[in-house]
Amino acid sequence: MTSVGDSIHPYVVTTTVENWNRFAAINDEFIPHSMDDQAAISEGFPSAFGMGNIQWAYLHNMLRTFAGVNGTIMKLEIQFRRPNTKGQTLTAQGKITAVTDGVISLDIWTQDQEGNQLAHGSAVVRPSTWVPA
Amino acid sequence: MSNISEAMQAAVGTVTGRTTSYPISESDIRKWALAVYWPGQPPAMFIDPAAAAKTVHGGIVAPEEFNPFAWIAPAHEAFIKNAGKLENNNPDNPEIALGMSGPGLKFQLNGGMSVEYGVRMRAGDVITSESSVGEYSEREGRLGLMLFSRGISTWTNQKGEMVKRTTGTLIRY
Repeated sequence: MTSVGDSIHPYVVTTTVENWNRFAAINDEFIPHSMDDQAAISEGFPSAFGMGNIQWAYLHNMLRTFAGVNGTIMKLEIQFRRPNTKGQTLTAQGKITAVTDGVISLDIWTQDQEGNQLAHGSAVVRPSTWVPA
Repeated sequence: MSNISEAMQAAVGTVTGRTTSYPISESDIRKWALAVYWPGQPPAMFIDPAAAAKTVHGGIVAPEEFNPFAWIAPAHEAFIKNAGKLENNNPDNPEIALGMSGPGLKFQLNGGMSVEYGVRMRAGDVITSESSVGEYSEREGRLGLMLFSRGISTWTNQKGEMVKRTTGTLIRY
């Protein structure tokens, strides 16, 4: 998987308050709208929703698998577009956009089980397993 | 009507402070990895010293997105002398930290992030973060006029090596 247009292996996780509570505990990120449906509803959302930082981590999980244990994530940027609400199956995905001297650029995103993008951005990675085509 | 005051605009580029972490422990790294991979298992390189020793890193390193400043930091040097007291989840915190009035918006969201990584964080590292004020902008969104404010932080380790440079975007409405 080192050609432009190739998709990389996705990272899939069903997201609930169990995921978010664990993340809140390590990142001291106890935001009411990620803990309490009523707090999220009062802000105009349908239910509690996950922190952006945990989607950020899931995208890193995907890129680490792609890069391998000796690979390097060099750059990453994303914009959040929709909330990751309770019970969604979140899939982090990536598609290769450029390959230059062992450095791979990708479009990356997260989406829900219906294909709606939750976050979108780009990444630059130097995989440990990369070999010239 | 814009929520970006002249004082907010003038603050762009201001270096606001420097925070130093406690030394990172292998336990901190294991807990982080277990949480971000839950309900799956994290890669052995984050939890097993023997497996980590066989990698190019020669030992356990932290996941790139690891935060050594969560919960508590032993040292924070504020460069803004008239900074106000921050309150948990107060959307005006970015301006309170600058000693000025915020726009008084009710809600806040993480709008996005960008990062450039340098060296990896590993057990024993002490990380220093220097923070500065990034650009403000506005646009209409589904929930009304949205204020976008950006914060820039540069992390270095105890050797002065760059760990990462991050720009975070906060959306308020």
